[in-house]
Amino acid sequence: MSAATESVVAAKQPDAPSQGANVAKIAIGLGGLIVTAWALGNLFLAMGFYPEWFLDSKIIIAIVALIAGVGGAALLFWFLNQFIEGLPVRLSEGVMPYAFLLPGFGLIAMMLIYPTVQTVNYSLANRDSTEYVGFANYKEIFGSSEFWNAIINNLLWLLIVPAVTVALGIIVAVVADKLSAQGEKVSKSVIFLPMAISFVGAGAIWNLVYAYSDESQSQVGLLNAIVTKFGVPPQTWLQLDTAKLNSLLMMVILIWLQVGFAMILLSSAIKGVPEDTLEAARIDGATEFQIFWKVILPQIRTTIITVFITVVILVMKVFDIVYVLTNGRDNSDVIANLFFNEMFANSQAGTASAIVVVLLIAVLPILWYQVKTFREEQMNR
Amino acid sequence: MSSTAMTPAPVVAEAPVRTRKLMKDGRPRSLFSIITMTLLCILWTLPTIGLLVTSFRSRDDAQANGWWHALFNPFGTSWTTDNYRRVFEDADLGNAFLNGLVVALPATILPIMFAAFAAYAFTFLEFKGKDVLFIAIVAVMVVPIQVAFQPMLNLLGPNGLGISGQYISVWLLHTGFGMPLAIYTLRNYMATLPYSVVESAKIDGATHYQIFWKLVAPMAMPAMAAFATLQFLWVWNDLLIAKLFLSDNNSTVIVKLQGLLGTQGQGQELLTAGAFISMVLPMIVFFSLQRFFVRGLTSGAVKG
Repeated sequence: MSAATESVVAAKQPDAPSQGANVAKIAIGLGGLIVTAWALGNLFLAMGFYPEWFLDSKIIIAIVALIAGVGGAALLFWFLNQFIEGLPVRLSEGVMPYAFLLPGFGLIAMMLIYPTVQTVNYSLANRDSTEYVGFANYKEIFGSSEFWNAIINNLLWLLIVPAVTVALGIIVAVVADKLSAQGEKVSKSVIFLPMAISFVGAGAIWNLVYAYSDESQSQVGLLNAIVTKFGVPPQTWLQLDTAKLNSLLMMVILIWLQVGFAMILLSSAIKGVPEDTLEAARIDGATEFQIFWKVILPQIRTTIITVFITVVILVMKVFDIVYVLTNGRDNSDVIANLFFNEMFANSQAGTASAIVVVLLIAVLPILWYQVKTFREEQMNR
Repeated sequence: MSSTAMTPAPVVAEAPVRTRKLMKDGRPRSLFSIITMTLLCILWTLPTIGLLVTSFRSRDDAQANGWWHALFNPFGTSWTTDNYRRVFEDADLGNAFLNGLVVALPATILPIMFAAFAAYAFTFLEFKGKDVLFIAIVAVMVVPIQVAFQPMLNLLGPNGLGISGQYISVWLLHTGFGMPLAIYTLRNYMATLPYSVVESAKIDGATHYQIFWKLVAPMAMPAMAAFATLQFLWVWNDLLIAKLFLSDNNSTVIVKLQGLLGTQGQGQELLTAGAFISMVLPMIVFFSLQRFFVRGLTSGAVKG
C-alpha cells in the first residue's frame, strides 16, 4: 500500500460509516454552506463597492480574492461533503456524485445553457427585448446583404484557415523531426510562441506588416516595402477587397497564431507511429514519400481531425482580429463581428440574437460529430 | 524516444550517403530540413521582431522609415524607451496590468477546482445519468460564447445582480466558459490513473473527499497544470469578456491595447510598447509551463 493511501486511512473518522443520519454533521454542513456562501458573496461585493476597505490597493484585492476564491471553494466543498456524509448511508452514497458535479454544472447551466435558451428567446423579440415580433428579425437578417457577405466571408475563413493550419502543422512537425534534438526544440518553440500572443496583440504586430505610407515616402510596412522593391505601387492592404484580399491577409494572422498548436499535437502523433510499421514499409521498398502518405498519414488521422475541428470551432467565432483591424469595413465582416456591432453599436438586441442563433445552428453539425465520435470512443474502451 | 532510427527527409533521400554528416544520435543531418526550418522560423519571428524594434524607436523615426532600417543602421536611428515610459504614464497601463492579474489568477484556479471534483465523479463514481451528463459536457464545449453576452449583461447588470463591471462577474464568466473543457480534459486524464489505488483506499474506509484531496488531485497535477496554462492565456488575452463586463477602472491590458489600436496619429507610437508589454507575461507563463502544457495537450487530445 502506498504512503498516500495510509495517510488517508489514518485520517478517516472512526464514526464515518454509521448507518443512520448524523444530525450534527448535517447541521454543521448546512450551516457552514450558508455562512461561507454569505461571507464570500459579501466579501466579493465589498471588493467592488468599498475598495477603501482594502486600502484601495489592487494587489491586496488580488491576493484576498485569490485566497478567498480558492479557499472559499474548498470550504464550500468541505461543508457540502459534511452535509452529505451526515445523511443516512444509502442516501449519502447516491447523492455524493451529484454533489461533486453540482458546482461545475451549476456554472455551466448559468453561463452557457440558460443564455442559449434566452438568446433564442431574445431573437424572437424586438430591439430592447420588450415585445415578441415572431420571425421578423430572421427575415431582416436574411434579407440584408451585410449578413450574406459576412456568411460568405466566414465560409471562406472556414475553407482556408483550418486546412492551411493543419497542412503547415504537419509540414513543420515532419521537418522538425529530422533536425537534431536541440534544433527541434528551438524551432518548435519559435513556431509555438505566437500561441501566447493575444489576437489584439497579433493585430498590432501585423498592422505594422501591412502598414501603408504614401508613395513618395519610404515604406514603413514590411509588405509594402517588399512589393515596392518589385516596382509595384504601395497598397492599403486591409482596404483591398479585390479577390477578398483583405480577408485573406487577416487569415494569415490567425494561421500564424495557430500553426504552433497544430504542430505540437501532430508532432507527438507522428512520433507515436510505431517504428515497426515504418520498418516494414521500408523493407518492402517504399520511398520516404510513400511511407509518409501510406503509413504515417493514416495512423495520425484521428489527430488531424481533432486539430482540424478545434481550429474550425475557433474560426467560426473569429472576432478580435477583424474587429481591431477593419471592423468589417471593405466587405471583410464576419458573423461574430457583425453580431457585436449589431448588439452594441446599433443596440439591436433582437437581430443580434438572431445572428447568434444562426451561428449556433452552424455549429450543430460539429457538435453532433463530436458527440458521435465520443460515443464511439467510449464503446471501444 | 523513437527518434533514434529516424530517416532522412524525403527530398534528399536519394542523395549519396557519403556527403551527409551524422548527428550526435547517429541520424543523418538533413540539409533540406535545416534550411526549410530556418526559413520558417525567420518568417514566424519577423513580425514580432518588427514590433519589438519599433517599440524602441521615436515616433518620427518610426514614421520616416521601416524598422529594418534601424537594425541595419543601429547608429542612425534614435533609440528610446520613451514609449514604454509614456504608455505607463499616459495610457495607465500599470493599473491595467494589475487588473489583468486580478482577473486572470482566480479565473484560472476556480474552474480547475470545480472541474476537478466533477471529473472525479465522472471517473470514479457510478451514478444515474452519468453518460448523458458527460455527453452534455462534450456538446456545450462547442457552444459559441457569443450566446451569453446579452443574457449575461442583463443578469449581471444593474437590473439583475448588479455585479457587472466588477472583477467577480468576469471570474464567474470565465469559470463558466472554461468549465466544459476543464472537466473534459481532467476526466480524460483521470481515466488513465490506476483505479486500484482509489479502490483500495475506499475499502480502507476513506471518504471520497479524502480520496480526492490526498490521492487523485496530486496525481492529476500535470493535467491541471496544462489546463491552467491554457486558461491563463485565454483569460489574459481575452478581449470580449473584459471589454463588456469590466468597468473602465478595472479594465485589462488587452482592452487598453485595443483602445490604442483605434487611435490614429498622436499616441500611436505607444501601441507598439503596449503590445509588447501585453505579451511579456503570457510568454513567461507559456515557456515556464510549456512542458506540462504540451504533455497535457497531447495526453488529452491525441487519445483518439
